[in-house]
Amino acid sequence: MKQFLNNFALSLVGLFIVGGLWALLSATVSPDLPSPWRTWQESKVYILNPWEKRGEMDQGIGLMTAYSLFRVAKGFFLAILIGTPLGFMLGSSNTFFKMFDPTIQLLRPISPLAWLPLGLVLFRQSEPAALFTIALCSMWPTVINTMTGVRAIPQDYLNVARVLRLSKWRQFTKVWLPATLPYMFTGYRLSLGIAWLVIVAAEMLTGTPGVGGFLWQEYNSLIYSHILLSILTIGIVGFALDRMMGFAETKLRAI
Amino acid sequence: MSFIELKDVSKSYGPRNVLSGVNLTLDEGEFVSIVGASASGKTTLLKAAAGLIPYDKGSITMAGEAVTDFSTKASYIFQNYSLLPWLSAFENVNLAVEAAFPDWPKPKQKEQSEKYLQMVGLGAALLKKPSQLSGGMRQRVSIARAFATEPRVMFLDEPFGALDALTRATLQQELTTLCRSVGRPVTALMITNNVDEAILLSDRILALSRGPGATLSPAVSVNLPRPRGADLLMHDDQAIRVRNHLAEFLLAGSDRTRPAQRPEAPAASKDVPVEASI
Repeated sequence: MKQFLNNFALSLVGLFIVGGLWALLSATVSPDLPSPWRTWQESKVYILNPWEKRGEMDQGIGLMTAYSLFRVAKGFFLAILIGTPLGFMLGSSNTFFKMFDPTIQLLRPISPLAWLPLGLVLFRQSEPAALFTIALCSMWPTVINTMTGVRAIPQDYLNVARVLRLSKWRQFTKVWLPATLPYMFTGYRLSLGIAWLVIVAAEMLTGTPGVGGFLWQEYNSLIYSHILLSILTIGIVGFALDRMMGFAETKLRAI
Repeated sequence: MSFIELKDVSKSYGPRNVLSGVNLTLDEGEFVSIVGASASGKTTLLKAAAGLIPYDKGSITMAGEAVTDFSTKASYIFQNYSLLPWLSAFENVNLAVEAAFPDWPKPKQKEQSEKYLQMVGLGAALLKKPSQLSGGMRQRVSIARAFATEPRVMFLDEPFGALDALTRATLQQELTTLCRSVGRPVTALMITNNVDEAILLSDRILALSRGPGATLSPAVSVNLPRPRGADLLMHDDQAIRVRNHLAEFLLAGSDRTRPAQRPEAPAASKDVPVEASI
């Protein structure tokens, strides 16, 4: 407990140092950058009334975050829904692996900014295009970790499945799935992180309400303190998401 | 007629000839052990006999039928227990029971699993995960799993190799008791590197010469009354004779075959599978 408090105090010190640098920057070289205090002054209406809806793009930060989270959740589930079986297939079949691995390696490094226009061309609407982009970009860690997990199943477990003459379905549910689960969750955690990164780009380009959309709109309206508000919100939410997935992951590994 | 019969079985991994012309027969209800040094091809022989790996030449039959896959009448006990770590002791056994008796109602399957865990003294540890059990207890679960499917044949791959001497002795006794108490003949083929263990458990013992190209020695019968205690090994004339005989064969084999038939070193490294990784 004492250790925990100590660590917590240290992380606060770090936060203050960075905050100080921010204040220093806005006071000296960059007058356009709002100071921490000004940011608070101009943003508090969004923070203190997080669920207030004043207009399409003028909503409390809680609502904005909720829109973004909901969008990320949809894209993320789409990603793991496609990515997990794909990872299983790549991990269990050598032919399948040789067939699709080069394509995947080719698609993996493509930026969300590149996929989004394609999504817009394909779906002609911003919402499905955003989901398409999030799913496509965040899928790869799930695919690759699941594949690695399947390949790493110890031969012992496969031997057991063989000598117990388990049916295919039982082999899958009792051996393959539990053996791969920790790897899968590492993949999910990384995928969720990427999905959250992509949301900003997706909302910026499509102009949909959400933290990313809000950020872009406020940049266009020259209200820079709201950009900072969005950035901080994105950071805090991303951190919380990662911690949540990390917690689930350690729970799984403890088995 | 013999229950299991291996005729002139040979097996190579690439250029490395592991088994050459192995002959072996087991009568129903017989406990036969094969002793050999590590890397002599014991496991290959056992796996081939069990139908887990293909062999190149010869024939293997069980109850008159050619062995092509792991038989539904058989069980296999691994050296490293091979329990599934995410399942409890009970679930590990019950998984085998469900697969072996899919037509049984659930309560009957459950009863069967619990019965066999109780027989190995784990009635109180049904819900424990393998990680919460000691090595000896894990192997007990694995033995319960093997017997709970009511097999007619048991393949044992150095079942006590990873255990300390005391646990080993207790489990050897329990295995003998189990083989006799299930009310039907259980034919067992065990491989081990421990001659004393073979004498304690077996009706007949064969020694496998050191590979490559391993062959079996003539069988030695062990006609000692059961249960056999560890003191028997020290004082009984027959036990001492059997042990000396086997030791002699194993030592002679290692002296003679090693320099003459050893293949070039690089050949072995080819067997390591190379996998693409990310």
